[in-house]
Amino acid sequence: MDKIDNAYLWDKLTSKFGQDIVQLHDGFDLLTVDVHVDAIIPVLTFLKQDEELQFIHLTDITAVHYPLQKKAFEIVYHVNSLINNIRIRVKVQLDGIHPEIPTATTIWKGANWMERETYDFYGIQFLGHPDLRRILNVDDMEVFPMRKEYPLEDPNRVDKKDLYFGR
Amino acid sequence: MSDFITKISPNKPVYEDNDPQDELITLNIGPTHPATHGVFQNVVQIDGERIVSGVSTIGYIHRAFEKIAEHRPFYQITPLTDRLNYCSAPINNMGWHMTVEKLLKIEIPKRVQYMRVIVMELARIADHIICNGILGVDTGAFSGFLYVMQEREFIYEIFEEICGARLTTNIGRIGGFERDFNDIAFAKIEEFLKRFPPVLTEFMELFDRNRIFIERTSGIASVTAEEALDYSWSGPILRATGVDYDIRVQNPYCSYEEFDFDVPVGTKGDVYDRYMVRNEEMRQSMRIIEQALSKIANEPKGVFHADVPEFYLPPKEQVYTNMEALIYHFKIVMGEVETPKAEVYHAVEGANGELGFYLVHDGGRTPYRLHFRRPSFVNYQMFAPMSAGMLLSDAILNMSSLNVIAGELDA
Repeated sequence: MDKIDNAYLWDKLTSKFGQDIVQLHDGFDLLTVDVHVDAIIPVLTFLKQDEELQFIHLTDITAVHYPLQKKAFEIVYHVNSLINNIRIRVKVQLDGIHPEIPTATTIWKGANWMERETYDFYGIQFLGHPDLRRILNVDDMEVFPMRKEYPLEDPNRVDKKDLYFGR
Repeated sequence: MSDFITKISPNKPVYEDNDPQDELITLNIGPTHPATHGVFQNVVQIDGERIVSGVSTIGYIHRAFEKIAEHRPFYQITPLTDRLNYCSAPINNMGWHMTVEKLLKIEIPKRVQYMRVIVMELARIADHIICNGILGVDTGAFSGFLYVMQEREFIYEIFEEICGARLTTNIGRIGGFERDFNDIAFAKIEEFLKRFPPVLTEFMELFDRNRIFIERTSGIASVTAEEALDYSWSGPILRATGVDYDIRVQNPYCSYEEFDFDVPVGTKGDVYDRYMVRNEEMRQSMRIIEQALSKIANEPKGVFHADVPEFYLPPKEQVYTNMEALIYHFKIVMGEVETPKAEVYHAVEGANGELGFYLVHDGGRTPYRLHFRRPSFVNYQMFAPMSAGMLLSDAILNMSSLNVIAGELDA
């Protein structure tokens, strides 16, 4: 079997999902695609269950916050095909204060804690998650601390202004 | 009293079904329990000695590294990575350096790559020594632990010779090392290659065919390859289930493709297999170090960092006397070096599995977003579900063989 490369992988995805999927870049030899939120579960299921691709190893789920964009949150999935030795990065853009996305725990059980961590730090609601609680922060915390609007240190301190540190 | 005694007969349980004491007991294992080897908690419900269900609570030493990293320049993030898996800090350091080098497209000289390989493999051995030694202690055999811990001490002496620190090493810089290995370091590495194999053999002789050890570990917490992949496992515990996924082979970094070594795999994925896989990995690491030493001998001497003055801090004495060095020092410290706008994911084979760094960079002074893919965090989530139905003492061994490091769990 020929080695699957990014171009072939992209052809296969775009012929299957058409408008729902957009290629962003393949920098550092890692194909990065943007998927509409409604199509994320079909795309991930296809990646895992397709007999040729076999992306069986969910490496990571995380999020990035872009407060200046209209769709402020980006959920990032890294999936690895151990058999073909190829990785793919799947992104979903979300908007709103409490953005919602279906859970990937239906596809990989290992997504459980990764999604809990993402919820804990960014407040992303993973619909259908079996146990969506905070995982690293205390339960009664009210903010989602990795969002950009929350400062690292107490903003009322006068001795540690960012400008003194060239930040 | 006599009434009670008549109840106890060999073929009859002491407690009947309608016994008021058949309720489940809730037991806290941790947060500070010797068996957890770190600060995390499991609340289990037990029926006698058998676990019915469990809930893991983690986050006791959460230090918000990802948030801190968004406010620090690249070279100041290295000490943060030390504190992830503190049993093998150099692997984290170098994983981070390689991520930045990938982003900045820095070419690393071969000699530096081999030096990194040596340090990373020593760290892997140190980590596996801890895990297998403690596994022995948890089964009740203390002496094996003492034999191998002495060798771990020797590895730390090598680190001390290379970078001055022992546990949280902050070893290396972006672009290479802060200084060359000195002669004592090379001599100590060679001495280690001589003295460790007999110790490891002795350690394995104590355990491998030990009947008590086998009965405590064989068949315990057996995991199939499908389950392990479903839970995104990686590293030695995944290989113990029979999946030969090793990033050193799959996506070679640091010239690992030039080295000749085997990837040991298990069959049943139980505690015994994990123990055996880790032992064999230590032997393979020794082979890699030997090859790296002979490769270094063929490389030009004295090269210990890449030629990237924009990112590699110049020696301090030059900063005071040399104009160029002063400019670069200023630019690096004040964060005025041009960096590309890109996102990069780089994974290294950590001692516990795939240690990944997802770096989103917007060209500024600090990372826009840095996410650590921590193997312990991902591996450990299966612990509570798989403990159901297990004896409490077996669950402790299972936890021990997963090698959960609290620092890596919580980040």
